[in-house]
Parts: sequence; C-alpha cells; structure tokens
Amino acid sequence: MSEQPLLKVRGLKIGATVYPPGEKPHNIKIVHGVDFDLQPGKVLGLIGESGAGKSTIGLASMAYGRGGVELTGGEVWVNGRDILQASLGDIRKLRGGEVTYVSQSAAASFNPAKQIMEQVTEAAIRQGKFAKKEAELRAVELFRKLGLPDPENIGKRYPHQVSGGQLQRCMTALALCPQPDLVVFDEPTTALDVTTQIDVLAAIKEAIRDTGVAALYITHDLAVVAQVSDHIMVLRHGNMVEYGDTDQIINAPKEEYTQALVSVRSITHEEKAPTDSPLLRAENITARYKGTNFDVLHDVSMDLSPGQTLAVVGESGSGKSTMARVITGLLPPRDGKLTFDGRTLTPDQPSRSIEDLRELQMIYQMADVAMNPRQTVGTIIGRPLEFYFGLKGAEKRQRTIALLDEIELGEEFIDRYPAELSGGQKQRVCIARALAAKPKLIICDEVTSALDPLVADGILKLLLRLQAAEDVAYIFITHDLATVKAIADSIAVMYQGRVVRYGPKSEVLSPPFDDYTDLLLSSVPEMRLGWLEHVLATRKMESAGN
Amino acid sequence: MLKNLPLSAAIGLSFTAIYFLAAIFAPVIAPYGMADVVGDVWEPSSAEHLLGTDQIGRDLLTRMIYGGRTTIWIATLATILSFTTGSVLGFLAAVTGGWFDQVMSRFVDLMMAIPSLILALVILSSIEATVITLIILMGLLDATRVYRLARAVAVDISVMDYVEAAKLRGEKLGWIIFREILPNALSPLVAEMGLRFIFMVLFISTLSFLGIGVQPPLADWGGIVKENKEGINFGIGAALYPAIAIATLAISVNLVADWILNRTTSLKGGRG
Amino acid sequence: MHPILTLVVQRLALGILLLIAASALIFGLTEILPGDAAQAILGQAATEENLANLRAEMGLDRPALTRYFEWLGGILTGDMGNALTNKLPIADQIGKRMSYTLFLSFWAALISVPLAILLGLIAVRYQNRWPDKLISGVTLASISLPEFMIAYILVFFFAVKLFWAPSFANISPGMPLLEQLHAISLPVAVLTLVVLAHMMRMTRAAILNVMQSAYIETAELKGLTTFTVIYRHAFPNAIAPIVTVVMLNLAYLVVGVVVVEVVFAYPGMGQYLVDAVVKRDVPVVLACGVIFAAVYIVLNIIADLVSILANPRLRHPK
Repeated sequence: MSEQPLLKVRGLKIGATVYPPGEKPHNIKIVHGVDFDLQPGKVLGLIGESGAGKSTIGLASMAYGRGGVELTGGEVWVNGRDILQASLGDIRKLRGGEVTYVSQSAAASFNPAKQIMEQVTEAAIRQGKFAKKEAELRAVELFRKLGLPDPENIGKRYPHQVSGGQLQRCMTALALCPQPDLVVFDEPTTALDVTTQIDVLAAIKEAIRDTGVAALYITHDLAVVAQVSDHIMVLRHGNMVEYGDTDQIINAPKEEYTQALVSVRSITHEEKAPTDSPLLRAENITARYKGTNFDVLHDVSMDLSPGQTLAVVGESGSGKSTMARVITGLLPPRDGKLTFDGRTLTPDQPSRSIEDLRELQMIYQMADVAMNPRQTVGTIIGRPLEFYFGLKGAEKRQRTIALLDEIELGEEFIDRYPAELSGGQKQRVCIARALAAKPKLIICDEVTSALDPLVADGILKLLLRLQAAEDVAYIFITHDLATVKAIADSIAVMYQGRVVRYGPKSEVLSPPFDDYTDLLLSSVPEMRLGWLEHVLATRKMESAGN
Repeated sequence: MLKNLPLSAAIGLSFTAIYFLAAIFAPVIAPYGMADVVGDVWEPSSAEHLLGTDQIGRDLLTRMIYGGRTTIWIATLATILSFTTGSVLGFLAAVTGGWFDQVMSRFVDLMMAIPSLILALVILSSIEATVITLIILMGLLDATRVYRLARAVAVDISVMDYVEAAKLRGEKLGWIIFREILPNALSPLVAEMGLRFIFMVLFISTLSFLGIGVQPPLADWGGIVKENKEGINFGIGAALYPAIAIATLAISVNLVADWILNRTTSLKGGRG
Repeated sequence: MHPILTLVVQRLALGILLLIAASALIFGLTEILPGDAAQAILGQAATEENLANLRAEMGLDRPALTRYFEWLGGILTGDMGNALTNKLPIADQIGKRMSYTLFLSFWAALISVPLAILLGLIAVRYQNRWPDKLISGVTLASISLPEFMIAYILVFFFAVKLFWAPSFANISPGMPLLEQLHAISLPVAVLTLVVLAHMMRMTRAAILNVMQSAYIETAELKGLTTFTVIYRHAFPNAIAPIVTVVMLNLAYLVVGVVVVEVVFAYPGMGQYLVDAVVKRDVPVVLACGVIFAAVYIVLNIIADLVSILANPRLRHPK
C-alpha cells in the first residue's frame, strides 16, 4: 500500500428497520462487518447474490442508507476522513462531488419532468466544481465519449425521449460530470439486453480509464465484473467471502463459494439428434395482439422432437414470449398451423381438448405470481392430479409427496404456503405442478432469469434430470445464451418477430453466422480476462474489413 | 386467529361489539320506553337520567340506545345490500368482460359522477322515506363504489400468472372465480366493508338530520341531533351525544378494518 | 395536431357527454319514481280526474323525452320555470342564492387549500413522527363525524360558550365585508375542517409517492439540500397530483355546503335544495340538483385536464 487509499472501510456494520405489515417493526442486520481498501484510480468489483449486501455497501461509501437502512457501526474513510462521523454539510459536499452514483435503472433515476442536460450538470454546478457553461461543455464531451448519438443536442431531450441503453450512458455522464474521485456503479447494465450491455459496458470501461476515476462496480454477474475491475470482493449474506485481484478470483478462486460462482453453468448436455416425427410442429405462424395493427410474429416455423429441448432465444421484443402464447393457445395466430403429437392443435385454448391441455404444460418466469398465495403447496400440486386423473384423498397425497420428492423437496412442504418458500423452492413447486399432469411438453418461459446463478443452476440440473426420467420435451424461452448452451438440443434464434437462425445446437452455434446471431453470441460476457477488449477489437477489424 | 391481537384492534373490536350488542338488546338495556316522557325538558344528567332528558322530557340515554339501534340496523342492512350487489356485479364484469362489463362500468361512471347526497336528495323528493326505501336507496347508491373496487381487484388478480395457469389447465369459470380470485380479493373487500359501513352511518345520520331520513317517532342518531339542536343555543349539549357515539363507532370500525387489512396482507406477502 | 391537444379535446368532449348524461339521469330519476308535480300539488286525496286535468294543464301528459329537452333547454338559457310551492321563478332564487353559496365556498377554499398543502408537507417532513401521527389522528377523528356534528360542536363551544361568532349565519347584501365574514366564520370553519382532513391525507400520499421515487434518491446523492431536492425535483412532479387532490376536494366541498347551510340557516343553494326536497317541490330540486352535479363534474374534468397537461411524457412526445 504505497499511497493513502481513496476509500478505506473498516468493520462496516449495516442494519435496517423493517415494517412487516401486521407485525411489530424490528431490526435486521444486512452487513456484519466488512473491511476493504480502494486505491485512487482503481476499480473494485463487489459481487454476490441478492441479499449479499453489495448495494448497501456501495451506498455506504456515500454515507447513504436507502429506506430504513442505517449504518450502525464501523468506519468509512473517504479521502482521509471518516464520513460516518462527518457533518451533514460535509456529507453533502461528498455526495455528488467526491463520490457519485450510477443506478441500475436510469429510467427511474432521471427526473421525468426535467431535461437531461440540466440533470447531468446539476451536481457539478451546485457543488461549485464548474460554471454552467463549463459543465455543459464537459457533459457534451462525456456524451461523445460515451458514444451517444448527437452529443450536442441529446441533453435537450427529456428522459423518456431516449432509449434505455442511451439513458444508462447519460447516467454515467451524470456521475462523471462533476469530476468525482469515486463512482459507485450499481448493476449499471443488468436491466439491458445483452447486445446493448456490451456497448454500455465498453463505454463505462473507457470512461473510467480516460478520466482516471476510481470505481466500485456492483453486480451479480462475475463475467461482467471480470471485464472492468482490478480487484474483486465476493460477498454473501453480508459477509466477505473472498477478496483478491481479478485474475486470482477468476482463475484460482480459493473459497468453495467463489469456485461455485466461477464454474456456474458448467452443465454439459449431450445433444440429441432430431427424430423423424416431431412432437410439436409450428408452421408459418403469424400473430398480432388485439387492438394493434402490426404483426409481432412473422412466418415463424419450428419443430421439436419428443423428449428433447428446443431453446427459443432472443432479446426483449423478439417475439419469443409471444410464441409461447401462440403455442398455449392464449393468442390465436392470424395465420399458420400447430401440430402436436400428430394432431392439429386448435388455435384458441378454450376449444382444446382436456388431453391437449394436459400434455402441454407451462412454467413461468416469476414463480411467486404463478402460484395462488392462498393455496398450500399440497393444493397447488394436487389440483392437476385431481383435475386430470381424478385422484382423491390418500392417493392424491401419496402422488403429491412423490412429486415433492422428485423436485428434491420433502413431505414437510406439503402444508406450506408459497410465501414461506425461497425463490428456488417456489420454482421447483411450479415444476412439480407441471409435471403432475404427466405432460409431453413443458414450455419454460424464462424460468431461471429471476433467480440467482447458483439457484438457477440447480433448477436447470433438475429440469435435465426430469427430462431423462420422464421423457418430457421442453421449449425453453430465454434471453440467456449460457442457459441455451447448457441444455438445448436445437435452437431457434429470434429477432424482431422472425426466426433468423434455426437448427441443431451444434450447427446454430458454429460459424458461419448471420449478422444478428454473431452479434448476439459475441455479446455474451465470458468469464475470462480481456474478453471485452477481444470482442471489441474483432468487431473493429470486421467493420474495417467491410 | 385472535393471537397477537394488537391493542388498537382489541379496542376497536370491543367497542364495535358493545355497540352492536346494545343495538340488538336495546329494549332490555334501555332504562325507559323509547317514546315515554319521563321528566322535564332538557334535565341535566342525574342518577335517574344518566344523560339527562331531551327536548320534550324523554330519557336521553334511552333515546340514544334506540337511536343507535335504528342507525346501526339501517347502516348494516344497506352495507350488506351494497356489498352483495356491488361485488357480485363487479366480479362478473371483471371475469366475463365484453358488453356486460362495458355497460355496467359506464353506468357506474355516470352514477359516481354525481355526488351521492345530491342523488339521494333528488330521489327522496319523489318517494316516501321509510326504513325500507332508505336501505334500498343507500345500498344501491353505494353499490357503485363497491362495484368499482371489486372489479378493479378482480381485474388485478385475473391477470396474475396463477389465474392464467388455471385457465391453461382447463378449469371452469366457477373454480377460477371461487378458488383463484375470491380468496385473494377477500381481504381488501372486507376492509372496505368497514369503511362503507361507517359511510352508511354518516349518510343516514345526515339524511335524518336534514329531515328526509328516518321519520319520527322512530329515533336515530341524526334525528336526535335535529330534535335537540335548539338546545345548543341555550348551552345544552344533548345534541352532542350522538356526535360522540358516531365518532367512537366509526373509529372502532376503522381500527378493526385496518387490522384485517394488515393481517391478511402479511399472510400474502412474506418474503419476495 | 399535438397529441396532447387531441387528448384534451377528447376529455372535454367526454365531459360534455357526461354532463348531458348526468342531467338525463337526474331528470329520469324523478320520472321513473312514483308521484309527479301534479300529485305533489293536489296531495294524496286528489281524484284521478283532477290529476289528469292538472297534468294536461302543466303539460305533464306529453312524452318524457320532449319535456326533458324543454327542461334542459330552459336550464341552459336560464329559464328554469316556477317553483310549485310559491310559484316564483326558480332562476331568480337561484341567481341570488348562488352568489351566497359561492361566497361561502370561496372563503372555505381560500383557507383550506393552502392549509391542507402546508400540513400535508409537514406530515411528510415528519413522517412517522409525532406531527404526522397527530395530523393523521385528527384526520381520522374528523372523517369519522358527519359535517353537521362538527358544526354543532363548534357552535356549542365558539358561539354559545365563548361568544366568538354567531351561531346563525345571517347575511344580507348591504352588509360590510368584515361583518359578512364574521357572520360566516363558523360555517367556513366547518367546511374547512371537513375538506381539510381529506385534502391533507391525499396531499400527504401524493407527495410521499413522489418522494419515494428513484429520481429523488438521485437528487439526494448529488448532495443537494433537502430544500433543493423538494423544490427542484419533487415539486415539478408533485404539482399535478396535488392539483388533482385540490380539485377533487373542492368538488367534495360542493356537497358539504348543502348540510352546512342548513345548520347555519345560511340563505344559499343548499338550504334551498333541502327545503325543496322536504316540500317535494320537484322543479326546484331538479334545477338545484343539476347545478350541484354540474359543478362537481366540471371540477373533476379540470382535475383530469391538469394531470394531462402536467405529464411530461405527453407534453414532450417522442
């Protein structure tokens, strides 16, 4: 430690008062004593699952507690003074002057009633760092550096007039404008599509390097943080698990938990060849939503063999979830034909036979709204048994327990309510409910994207095991290519309502690629150092070559 | 269920219970007959007349007990009427949608665009105010509010994934309404019921005070104020007792409604 | 056309439609229900023949639709017919009384609106601490009482015990303004209390909603003072919900005024309406009812228009 650290945290303890409805307010502990240093100009990645306390620690470096959060103990030294002991006036100088913040959702963090320029320059002007003219010039310079279109004029727009990825860059400009010593990036790319994420990530990295600012980079995605940070601290349940330089954490993690995080999605799955008679065949599906005048699906065709997995990948707006609604009959298509197990599926769900309904089940992204909060796990899993097979009483209970066993939950869960389950357990119950119908096909709509990586991993393994045991086919709708690589047999890549690439996994994932698939595949962060630079360099070369 | 009963809810429950018991057993509890003149005009409170006497010498405590009986019964029956009509139509509109929903919702919009009191005044200028007509009038006017709430709650629930899952399973309308939607709609509706009851108490009192609600010789709290209002100018507080009664009843019911709402949301919420 | 203009025009058209529908509803209600003006004049003992004659004389035997349009046309041109009871033109009475009612409502609004916003701000500033709890406690108490009860409580203490203000609001055109204000001080106080509670509660909720937005956190993390955060970031977004709250409560005032005028024997529209209901003077009830409903509806339309106009997404379309 040659020089004085910019940020020095010692024994930081953070608690919160929670007000559960119908109960007495009580205190909980979020962070149980964390120490770390950050040198000027360096980037520290804070990584952990939800509830690890990483955002809370980030905000503590601005002496800020969100909601009922209180900084209960320890020291936070910024530029040589303990800001937890500082006066309110000093803290105000620190916030927006020395330390600034970039939030996950720029869309919510910009004031909808004010122009972007005014908000970007506000802190710099109010803190007396720059005069209005200077600050605006600086902002335009930052807009340009961050690759925003029309940097001279974009500041005149209102937040809702620019796209999500652009607004996230504007937020970065907002944080850099006052020339701070430290920027706290709180999941700045999590809400973005993967092809947008890589550009924003590159822009942030370049801006950090050019301005020489130090940064705390908070994320749950180890592959992302590996691209931008010098050091990484792994957090879990408010405790530090491991701290080290990025190379060591990624390539030689010491702790078991870190090792698990690094090796996540290392599931391997032997690709099965398509059979002659598909279980589901969708031909030339075209669909639009009621009351709109444009198609969201154009001429979409795909096949799925029995007992196999078809992954439908795409970014938001690609039409992948609409495809699920068409297959389930919730959105009858304008044109096209669905064949299931050799028979034609009627386009609208109410007219389908019970047998069709039973053999085609669905699992949702948000498990907590996919289960009736007033029904016990036993009722939730038992209902399809009763509904489709007429099981009652002891027989139904026995089968329910067997299903609970299959999803690796015990008999004791049968009387619990969804609110008493963790996120992963909820999704498992949803899987059991689908399985109870003995379906031939389950549509999985982003079933792992709301879960932490390790939990998601467990769900994927379970799904693969069940597929082998029950010979059930999956349509896996996802934006996450790592998931696709892990479990798919065939893949359909969707973009703006069309299938742009379709075939067995090995073919879809090997060159030559079409432009979109190439962009999509190359944009998925990989867990190795220098990946970002490599991709950007390749892209630059390619565009120069053209 | 009564474990962990917070103090405020306990107070609310016991006061509400006392008022309802007094309403049911009025003839047993009341010290005198409802219309009996038993003393002088506006006697101060004494051992014989705990609250004194009214403008023609009837025992005020007796009047208050019988008045409470009228007020509470009318309010209760009107609330039940408003709730059954409003919530049944609201649920039906939410689940079936289509023209029924359109027609009902536009009609309710129109009804709610005019203040209830004004509508009630217009109607009462044409019909005789009896206990029955008052209950029907208040119940139906208020049903519009319940309709809107029930419809909104049901629409919110019916777009949840678990309702979609039930539809995909092939469940019939009955299961979806009674097993998926209703259990989740109950808590906001029950809490609202408390608030509607209070509103009914205030409404019937106002109508009686204006002379177009409950007609003499029947007593009700609003009517007692009307009968005794002249006393105010002589410094006689007889007309203020109903104020205390209404306020305590309303606050107690409010506390109970709050508790019900909190208790049930905590069941539903839990960890995210 | 600018999209916001389209919305405004749509909302106005809808408002006019609603006004017509409301007048039809009010007129229709007195039609469907048993009894009519002829019955009211002649009483229960009248023979069928007498009734029929009088109906023909008053034009009541013509189709309801014709009479509705005549009546609506009359209201719009200021000819509301004559009262049944004293045969005097209704428009004259309403003209006189309307100014009294507006006078009373004006002062009540003038006091309650700023007070409610101020108290709402205080409740937010000291959220979950004693000023907030005190304010919500008083609010709960005052919405748990009907208007006339609050009125008599105030009369009992301030007029009868303390002699600060008159218990009847006697007011006449020649009185000096100060005397007039003294005369209406208690009714104004009652109306203020009644709307204050609702307005404060809704203002508090509206401001809290804005204060919990992420952009307020952004502003706080810029190191701005609390005042600057509220003034520059919260206020521009809170203005629309607050104006909506104010408008809705002024609409509520329209109803409150009916009862308060009766308590204080104040010679306004509300008193006139209630008297007419008691005497079953249907033409007067219709005229007053439709005017009260119209004021209520117009205030609601204004609230809608304000929130349309204040929405930055609509003001600055993509």
